[in-house]
Amino acid sequence: MRSYVPAYELRAPQSLEAALELLEREPDVWRPLAGGTDLMVLFEAGKLTHRKFLSIWKLSELKGVEVTPEHVTLGALTTYTQVQAHAVLQREFPLLCQAARETGGIATQNRGTLAGNIVNGSPAADSPPALLVYDAQIELVSARGSRWVPYQGFHTGYKTMVLRPEEIIRRIRLPRTKQGWRQYYRKVGTRKAQAISKVCFAGSAQMQHNTIRDIRMALGSVAPIVLRCARTEAALRSQKVSAGAFAAAKEVLAQEITPIDDMRSTAAYRLRVAQNLLEEFLLQLQNNGGDESHRGLAAAES
Amino acid sequence: MPDRVNKAEITCTVNGETLSLKAYPMARLLDVLRQELRLTGTKEGCGEGECGACSVWIDGEIANSCLVPVLQVAGSEIKTIEGIATGEQLHAVQEAFISCGGAQCGICTPGMVMAAVNLLERTPHPSETEIRMGLAGNLCRCTGYMKIFEAVVRACQATGVKA
Amino acid sequence: MKKHLIGRPVPRKEGRAKVTGQARYVDDLVFPGMLYGATVRSRVPRGRIKGISFGEGIPWHEFTIVTAKDIPGENYVALIAHDQPYLADGAVNHSEEPVVLLAHPEKYLLEEARRAVQLEIEALRPTFTIEDSLNKKEIIWGEDNLFKSYSVEKGNVDEVWARADFIVEGEYRTGAQEQLYIETNGMIAVAIPEKGVTVWGSMQCPYYVHKALMALFGLPADKVRVIQSETGGGFGGKEEYPSMIAGHAALLAWKSGKPVKIIYDRAEDMAATTKRHPSRTRHRTAVSKDGKLLGMEIDFVIDGGAYTTLSPVVLSRGTIHAPGPYFCPNVRIRSRAVATNAPPHGAFRGFGAPQSIFALERHLNRVARAIGLTPEEFRRRNFIQPGQTTATGQVIRENVNMNHLLERALVLSDYHAKTARFARENSGQRRKKGMGFASFMHGAGFTGSGEQYLASVVELEATPQGRVRVLAASTEIGQGTNTIFSQIAADALGLDYDSIEILKPDTASVPNSGPTVASRTCMVVGKLVEAAALGLQQTLVGSGYLPEGYTPAGFERACKRYIESHGPLKSSSQYQPPPGIHWDDATYYGDAYGTYAWAVYVAEVTVDTVTFEIEVNDFVAVQEVGKVIHPVLAAGQIEGGVAQAIGYALYENVVWNEGRMFNSQMTNYIMPTAVDVPPIRVFFEELPYSYGPAGAKGLGELPMDGAAPAIVNAIENATGVSIHHIPVMPESLMEALAVTEKAVERA
Repeated sequence: MRSYVPAYELRAPQSLEAALELLEREPDVWRPLAGGTDLMVLFEAGKLTHRKFLSIWKLSELKGVEVTPEHVTLGALTTYTQVQAHAVLQREFPLLCQAARETGGIATQNRGTLAGNIVNGSPAADSPPALLVYDAQIELVSARGSRWVPYQGFHTGYKTMVLRPEEIIRRIRLPRTKQGWRQYYRKVGTRKAQAISKVCFAGSAQMQHNTIRDIRMALGSVAPIVLRCARTEAALRSQKVSAGAFAAAKEVLAQEITPIDDMRSTAAYRLRVAQNLLEEFLLQLQNNGGDESHRGLAAAES
Repeated sequence: MPDRVNKAEITCTVNGETLSLKAYPMARLLDVLRQELRLTGTKEGCGEGECGACSVWIDGEIANSCLVPVLQVAGSEIKTIEGIATGEQLHAVQEAFISCGGAQCGICTPGMVMAAVNLLERTPHPSETEIRMGLAGNLCRCTGYMKIFEAVVRACQATGVKA
Repeated sequence: MKKHLIGRPVPRKEGRAKVTGQARYVDDLVFPGMLYGATVRSRVPRGRIKGISFGEGIPWHEFTIVTAKDIPGENYVALIAHDQPYLADGAVNHSEEPVVLLAHPEKYLLEEARRAVQLEIEALRPTFTIEDSLNKKEIIWGEDNLFKSYSVEKGNVDEVWARADFIVEGEYRTGAQEQLYIETNGMIAVAIPEKGVTVWGSMQCPYYVHKALMALFGLPADKVRVIQSETGGGFGGKEEYPSMIAGHAALLAWKSGKPVKIIYDRAEDMAATTKRHPSRTRHRTAVSKDGKLLGMEIDFVIDGGAYTTLSPVVLSRGTIHAPGPYFCPNVRIRSRAVATNAPPHGAFRGFGAPQSIFALERHLNRVARAIGLTPEEFRRRNFIQPGQTTATGQVIRENVNMNHLLERALVLSDYHAKTARFARENSGQRRKKGMGFASFMHGAGFTGSGEQYLASVVELEATPQGRVRVLAASTEIGQGTNTIFSQIAADALGLDYDSIEILKPDTASVPNSGPTVASRTCMVVGKLVEAAALGLQQTLVGSGYLPEGYTPAGFERACKRYIESHGPLKSSSQYQPPPGIHWDDATYYGDAYGTYAWAVYVAEVTVDTVTFEIEVNDFVAVQEVGKVIHPVLAAGQIEGGVAQAIGYALYENVVWNEGRMFNSQMTNYIMPTAVDVPPIRVFFEELPYSYGPAGAKGLGELPMDGAAPAIVNAIENATGVSIHHIPVMPESLMEALAVTEKAVERA
């Protein structure tokens, strides 16, 4: 333990209201701490510069999954374990379930939360690519009220986001509009489990015969933020799936992402693999999902 | 030297016994178990939630105690390796770890046993894939995992017979 | 008298303590008034210390602070050479060099203090690569940057090139590898100037620590006591470094007058302690048309890091294993261990052999391809046979049959059918499959005359209750020392498993049975246990108390009567080399090892050409290890070693940044998890070895040697790409495939 533990404050407000009041009264002084799977790692390494935290881990207002005809709404503290176990999510949002299954081991899945994965702001986070593909919306609450924002655009740069110091994420809402879309998720990590992604790809497309009517694509670990690849999407929208379209899309993708060298991988690898995953996704659209043996296939299709 | 915050009073249940303790709120559950409660069966392997040597159960779920600030277990039920056997009677998983050679140096073993018992509580008859996934958060450098898988399978069989 | 334990999977002696969490490792021990210790390190790869300052805001008066000037004896870690200081005094030669030691009752404050110590170091130009060191870009150690060099000559390699039908050359590299025992290094010391020094801790070699502390404190042997606590894995990583950390804890204890505990956190353990030596091997091989080896010229270089530590002996083992289990009439090996400004590299399971065997087993696949033979056929034509000589002139006296091991491994892995099927099916597939194997051997026990110098001793002592205690310094580090010693002693004496006790290694009460390294514990020390047990029995028989065909109850009666009339009942045994063993250190000629374990390992892999990820799908390990004392423990050793070697081949990449390990966290230094290992299928051939206990040989290091080349050979089989280094990270496989694709496009 490389941090001076006695200097760190942690309080556990008994209600969301109490937590928000404290954040309102002393903005920037208090920061929320949920399952601890990211912050406690920094703490161990002596790299947690902030000193005062609010434990929101036991706040029931931030828990639970609600299903309406239009949406599935997940409490901010929904854990990876809970995501995987939810029948509607399994059926309609398999990419999110797969992301949850491939994040850490069971212990991490029990403590890691969706909102935590978002606000940690890591470009290598596993669930944000799926959330982007599903057009997720996020409810931000403060003592003064709440607002819904689209998840796309939430991250404004490396570790920066539209969240204000007095706000926390309350819920994440997934519109149930992707029925019939083909889905693809593949995390390329440093090993098969308990890995941080080197490239992570989530894609979903609405097909009409051989034509891509609509498409969503998001990649992790290839830019300062988890990136919705709008330009590549645009290049593919209304296109027939063909070798020519693949090649053009791969070129656009190369322009759209900005991978770097770090201790886990290289920019060249990330670029090449991102392109290869795009191709694999598109081939799957072309093949009508025929390549059953492939592990990149989402577990289910809606 | 930075100022110290006040210690918090925390009541929780550890291996069935309810107790109150005072600790810095951000102190790691791991350190409180090992140092304050002298439950040293829970081990530290990495301090970053990667190796699983510090695995305990919190309210029935497996967790890395190195990543849990102790304040967050106020009101919770904790189980450690010391609470797995019933008196002198070892748990079937512990017996199987001995007979199958699932423990070598033994440092990952408490965490591995906690994860394996937890897996069997959730999934009484796991497939090989489920065993592998269920133990993926617990690193072992000695065994290459084969004997651990065997131990989990044997423990299921033993439990099955008992039931 | 019954003999029934050897060959049976009796429960591990300390198994119950381990599965219940009751086993006590060093960090589980607490002493009254104990302080915690921490190490301030150089952070500069090479330089001169100009000043040490202590920052503001820390109550320094509460701290015990130790620097080089506080050392009562010699400021070096006594091992082979005396070049590595306990605390840097003037010169700094790597970035993790200990400079200042701190101790305080509160662990949390200690970390604040460590950060507040500032070292002023004038930087000098460092050397980080084998090439820069060999080229003497800077002289950073001795006169020529060479810790050690060897040359082995057999026949006349110079005259084979002219008559060779094929000459194949290649260069191979292996990376550093972290042992990654899950228990980090740690020690507790109590040191009182009048009384001496006692340490408890995690270690493989209590008498290495003992020797080092005697020099550090200038104390006689009886004033230094070293006690092993339960040890959470070693793999070589706790062979030499415990001497350093024990010294540090003891220096702080000596100055403070209080017990001091130092436990490294994972980041410090990974960055500062020893790792496997990186290596570069160059091969030049002459072969005849009919596929016979005519000559081998091998240039083997290892990166020793900043100080000598164990590099000379790692180099020695790597050198001797470099020509593998093959007969070649003309061999020249030149080998060197060079200095760089990295933290010293050290012992790690295999000890030089995994490096040189990787090179050879990759190279021979290229040789086979060059002359148009399959890898297996080429090896068949060259396997060493009984009566033939190794590169050091050792005549193989055992009935070794590598052909048989190869055949068995190929059958068990379904090698031929799978190779054919993959060749048919890979084309056009994104996931390509391949098969590869490696043939190799590992010498058991110390190299050359090492065992004679060690002259290890084991004692057995019987109690009036008929219980027998084994007294040895050989440590239980997970591999099963306690269990196999109990089996061996019990069978030799015809007693039950439970009537044998293994005394915890404590230099105050156990004789020096040598270090727990080099696959020697079972074969060499186990043989001493067996001999001492037979000695004990003879004493009792000779005294007339023990009848022929005695029962355990009869044994107990005899012990009681003997002790009543003669006092303590003890027996000791000291190492004697097997007859006919000769070794010449000067010429590097003779019987390098008493015996070898022999093996063929087969790997099946899948290479994903979308992501360049490689997975091992099946692994068959066939080996001849003499009599297997404990089938579950033995298989556990092989499986664990193979898993480490899979890591070595595919995942474990030490990323260096200016001589420091950049990825010193388990999150970023990647070892295999439960989902990354294939089924590891282990098969033993048992040819009893006359000079091992019940016929056993050593096997602990063997599995580390062959898996990496088998896997990389399988990658070549899958992709057609010949890779010459490990680890094969997806990034480097991508580059290698790209080069091949370009070549294909040009063609």
